[in-house]
Amino acid sequence: MATQHSRSAARLMLAPAVILLLGWMLVPLTMTLFFSFKKYLPMRGDSMANGLDWVGFANYTRFVTSSSFWPSVQTTLVIVGGVLIITVVFGVLLAILLDQPMWGQGMVRIFVIAPFFVMPTVSALVWKNMFMDPVNGLLAHLWKFFGAAPVEWLSQASMPSLIMIVSWQWLPFATLILLTAIQSLDSEQLEAAEMDGAPALKRFWFIILPHLSRAITIVILIQTIFLLAIFAEIFVTTGGAFGTKTLSYLIFQRVLESQNVGLGSAGGVYAIILANIVALFLMRIVGKNLDA
Amino acid sequence: MARAVTTQRKTINTVAAWVIGLLIFFPILWTILTSFKTEAQAISDPPIFLFFDWTLENYSVVQERSDYMRFLWNSVILAGGSTLLGIIIAVPAAWSMAFVPSRRTKDILLWMLSTKMLPAVGVLYPIYLLFIQFGLLDTQLGLTLVLMLINLPIIVWMLYTYFKEIPGEILEASRMDGAGLREEILYVLTPMALPGIASTVLLNFILAWNEAFWTLNLTAAQAAPLTAFIASYSSPEGLFFAKLSAASTMAIAPILILGWFSQKQLVRGLTFGAVK
Amino acid sequence: MGQITLNQVTKTFGDVNVIPPLDLEINDGEFVVFVGPSGCGKSTLLRLIAGLEDVTSGMIQIDGSDATTVPPAKRGLAMVFQSYALYPHMSVRKNIAFPLKMAKMDQAEIDRRVNNAASVLNLADYIDRRPGQLSGGQRQRVAIGRAIVREPAAFLFDEPLSNLDAALRVGMRLEISELHKRLDTTMIYVTHDQVEAMTMADKIVVLHGGVIEQVGSPLELYQSPRNTFVAGFIGSPKMNFIEGAEAQKYGAHTIGIRPEHIEVSDSVGPWQGVVGVAEHLGSDTFFHIHDSGLADPLTVRADGEVGFSHGDRIYMTPREDRIHKFDAQGMRIG
Repeated sequence: MATQHSRSAARLMLAPAVILLLGWMLVPLTMTLFFSFKKYLPMRGDSMANGLDWVGFANYTRFVTSSSFWPSVQTTLVIVGGVLIITVVFGVLLAILLDQPMWGQGMVRIFVIAPFFVMPTVSALVWKNMFMDPVNGLLAHLWKFFGAAPVEWLSQASMPSLIMIVSWQWLPFATLILLTAIQSLDSEQLEAAEMDGAPALKRFWFIILPHLSRAITIVILIQTIFLLAIFAEIFVTTGGAFGTKTLSYLIFQRVLESQNVGLGSAGGVYAIILANIVALFLMRIVGKNLDA
Repeated sequence: MARAVTTQRKTINTVAAWVIGLLIFFPILWTILTSFKTEAQAISDPPIFLFFDWTLENYSVVQERSDYMRFLWNSVILAGGSTLLGIIIAVPAAWSMAFVPSRRTKDILLWMLSTKMLPAVGVLYPIYLLFIQFGLLDTQLGLTLVLMLINLPIIVWMLYTYFKEIPGEILEASRMDGAGLREEILYVLTPMALPGIASTVLLNFILAWNEAFWTLNLTAAQAAPLTAFIASYSSPEGLFFAKLSAASTMAIAPILILGWFSQKQLVRGLTFGAVK
Repeated sequence: MGQITLNQVTKTFGDVNVIPPLDLEINDGEFVVFVGPSGCGKSTLLRLIAGLEDVTSGMIQIDGSDATTVPPAKRGLAMVFQSYALYPHMSVRKNIAFPLKMAKMDQAEIDRRVNNAASVLNLADYIDRRPGQLSGGQRQRVAIGRAIVREPAAFLFDEPLSNLDAALRVGMRLEISELHKRLDTTMIYVTHDQVEAMTMADKIVVLHGGVIEQVGSPLELYQSPRNTFVAGFIGSPKMNFIEGAEAQKYGAHTIGIRPEHIEVSDSVGPWQGVVGVAEHLGSDTFFHIHDSGLADPLTVRADGEVGFSHGDRIYMTPREDRIHKFDAQGMRIG
């Protein structure tokens, strides 16, 4: 409800944000789409000025038939899946624990949340060197203390290590959101269930978990979007070696390292489609919340 | 009324939570401790926890060798600049969507969100080309713009949810009192939404500070912020644990402090208001 | 000056027609009350006059000049909102001074007017507090203060008392009425409470479904309601409506008789019934009477000491000169 005057003012004030984001979305997207149908190898003298050869869907087929494609898909799925399982399961447990009465709750919360604020390059390097270094890392010392041979984490157990690092970064996020959701649970519901004779485990299964389902869905969707794009963690730990090349990282290598822009762009289009599928589900939930 | 909890149960909760909390926090704690060790003590076997010769040497070495302050300054400029720019663009946009909603408002909001989900790697080369074209590669301006754009949807969303909580009657009252649009936003809306705007600024400063895709790929020597500086430690020379720790501590300390202030807003900001 | 004329004003939201073409004349210095049930369009009408909404068609004139497209800030009107709409981040002084600051008045004049308003409204003691530290009644006074300092052409009140408790409401009602007497400025007041309308207004505009049912002084509406809606809406307890044979005796489809225009007796009277609930207010007693064969219940207002109780048979005599007659469409006859 408003006047014509305020409506036109509103349009004017909305315009900069819309135009900027529209440009930010459309210009590079169109270019990526364009390159994906072209042979574009800047190192071999291809350039926009000389004109690029149209190759149809060749880049798209080459990208999915290359020997690194399916392993990268697998790696992506394992990392995303692994991190999701760890963060959601431990996130729920931690959120329930932190919701209990205790001394120094605020302090514990701060400890648990802290990793989220550590920049990705720092956390990756700290884990890589100070914990996972096979000679001087803290984990090596721990293994030796128990008489075991130190593990070369990032080469012998590269995927679990990577999942471990990324989970450490995202566990706080999941915990914080789930804790917020738990705190919105009406305690009378739990008391009623207790009066009805439901033991703790059943109360968790039939009341707490369903109450959390929406928050869990949101955690999964948001994390998926961010995890599909993880970059710095791989960049500074393994550089994509030892089977840690995700789809995003493969595209990055195609584009910037081997400078095959056409091929990389085709991969980019795949990644965009993939992300949009996930995003669609997230939008639905957020959109519903907007109506309420 | 909550039920009284037995001391025993509270004790168990406390112990469990503290143990797990400290375990999660340990890598950060260890990094901070190591930053005060000598390089030799940093790799001593068995590891030393507290009883070492505390030294500040690493901090000065890091600054001398790599001009740490320049990276820090770049981080401050990029995170601060992109947040400020984003707020200036987002406040009017959020105002119009919160107080003069139209049939398309919801679609616009969701569409803005969707731009945030565009995988960066998918548009890396076009942006790279455009940056070269416009001479923006490795400049503070270029990166400020990119960081502003990737966080703009979050800024708009957070402000939108905060503005929605301000009763429209108060803005109407200001209109009746003779305030124009500029006065309405400047003297009435902004001061009322100040806590919300502050949390938005805080969270986006953190996100921009920690951004590690564009900052790694679009900078070299000139505009590189701390994320890129730390990444340069991935190919080490000699003993460097203590120095890495000192550099890391300096890179994360300001954000850890800011982050603790923004816990509550973090949830709202990162779930786009879907969890409050 | 504060003469407001609405000429064929309409308002539609999307497909919903909230105000069909409507004409209204508000004279300078008048206290006009828009009254009607919720959803009748009274608040929308006020917002159209304020300029917070655009009219879909028609013209609004303020003091003879066309104000239809003038933004609210330029109409020279002041408004008091239901929620008071005080600026929570400003002190009482700054709240009251805000419209003057917007008008770029010089500081000495602002101070003079604010202090004057504060003393008139008994706000001097709270002048440096924030709205959050004030009671509901005090906030209400600040909102009024903010309106009067501008010396507007007219005041607009949007259900200003509905957030106050009953006792405070009566007090504020008097204060606003006194303010009107003192300032002698046009006031337009929206309420759903017919008691407020009756006690405060010079002129009442009864609205129903966006349509003006009747315009008139409180007593005109009370004495000769134009139709059954106005008759039922104005007056408390509500008028009794009687249809059927009894109405036909008067040559009407429906007759209406107010509870206070029926006399009761334990033995004589043309009407009779059984007392259901007797509400003793001290000064008056309200009887809700069943089995009268006229209306169920039939409400009667009697003297405070009349002693009928539940189950008693009661005889009633309506005052013939106070019977309102309506046709099948609910319109007044004669």
